[in-house]
Amino acid sequence: MRVNIDEEACVGAGQCVLAAAEVFDQRDEDGVVVLLQAEPPAELGEAVREAAVLCPAMAIHVED
Amino acid sequence: MTETASAPATAAFPDTRPPGCPFDPAAEYRELRESAPVSRVSCPVGVDAWLVTRYEDVRSVLADPRLNSRAASPSNHVNTEADLDAPANPGSILHHDGPEHSRLRRLLTPEFTVKRIQAMRPYIAELVDQHLDAMLEGTEADLYHDFGLPIPSLVICELLGVPYADREMFQAASGVLLKVDITQEQRLAASGQIQGYMAQLVMAKLANPTDEDLLGRLIQRANASGTPLTVEELVTLGISLLIAGHETTANMIALSAAALLQHPDRLAELRADPSIAPAAVEEMLRYLSVVQFGVFRRVVEDLPVGNVVFKEGEFVIAALSSGNRQESVFDRPDEIDFSRNASAHLTFGYGAHQCLGQQLARVELQEVFARLYTRIPTLRLGIPFEKIEFKHDALVYGVRSLPVTWDTQA
Ligand code: SF4
Repeated sequence: MRVNIDEEACVGAGQCVLAAAEVFDQRDEDGVVVLLQAEPPAELGEAVREAAVLCPAMAIHVED
Repeated sequence: MTETASAPATAAFPDTRPPGCPFDPAAEYRELRESAPVSRVSCPVGVDAWLVTRYEDVRSVLADPRLNSRAASPSNHVNTEADLDAPANPGSILHHDGPEHSRLRRLLTPEFTVKRIQAMRPYIAELVDQHLDAMLEGTEADLYHDFGLPIPSLVICELLGVPYADREMFQAASGVLLKVDITQEQRLAASGQIQGYMAQLVMAKLANPTDEDLLGRLIQRANASGTPLTVEELVTLGISLLIAGHETTANMIALSAAALLQHPDRLAELRADPSIAPAAVEEMLRYLSVVQFGVFRRVVEDLPVGNVVFKEGEFVIAALSSGNRQESVFDRPDEIDFSRNASAHLTFGYGAHQCLGQQLARVELQEVFARLYTRIPTLRLGIPFEKIEFKHDALVYGVRSLPVTWDTQA
């Protein structure tokens, strides 16, 4: 699984961090999403997909 | 041109709840989701609008840049006095879109990140406990005025650097601003009061912006970005945060309590295991949909939705409460079920305007849910359920007051 994020689109709602804190964080300076792992292990797949669904800005894209 | 204009509305915007359960949204939504998920309605403000009732459509229209939020003080469609063509105030984050919205939002997001808000959790937990201690000295209280309202008010005042002693004016004035049936004079008087106060506070912070509060940090951050915020922008931002911080969570706290006290089984689950509070909070957010009239938008550029086209200049209402009760998304949607995953609810909105303060609201509600019902295990209504007054006319649904009582603690 590969994760891509769109920093421009991100509105800092933090839904991704709640869903998958191992994979997403937010920058202290502007709250924009930070990708901690671009290729998370399979066991985090479900959480990452949930983050992508919850993100209100559609800023998270998942490829298999 | 008349031949391209959309058909006039044949129904009024559904803004009344069914007589039965006060926690259910307007009864029409169920029918509309099935038979006319995109329909034309006439709104109290005097215009016709597209009403979108299905979950998927609510999400897609709210994320679509072809709709804007300028005219749309989130629920201006239900305000008979609203001026839909009024220009957006500088700094009014709810009314700007695109790059101007991003600029304002980015200046504020660092204050509301998951990490930042988690760091406030011990302070919030203590605040909840202090209020519970005070309540437990007696045997009755008003769960809205004595508990639900002070907690988020103290938190937002603390965050903003507003002296808590000034809160009463804000609570009264913001209560007025969130009512549907107010006159233009009442609106101006209330907002004038808040504005005058916030302007003074902003001037003081501008003279000495410190790291100690949100306003000070906001000023510093904007200065560092090369585009300082003007006094007018700061005043508007400050007021928006203050009002949003006061009303929404306060209503959620008291309204959830009213609902849970009617559902003893759910309450027992929460008492037995307060660690389920996060899931319970999401479920109550979904079930109650306190932004009861949905979100109002204007079409900037034609866009197709279902088998119709929303045309430039037309209005759209995204019915959050309807999407939250859609069966294909939430199984048995009219039941409270803490075991479901409700986190994709629409209560905080969707798209670029999704609630900025949602992480703060979550932590406040989680600490309340985990503490209130265990610390006061015999909590019950102090008046018959039928006597509870619900805020049918307010943009944010809730109770006007919630008298509760309990047995003296052993
Ligand atoms: S959920 Fe989306 S908008 Fe929110 S912080 Fe994560 S990437 Fe950004």
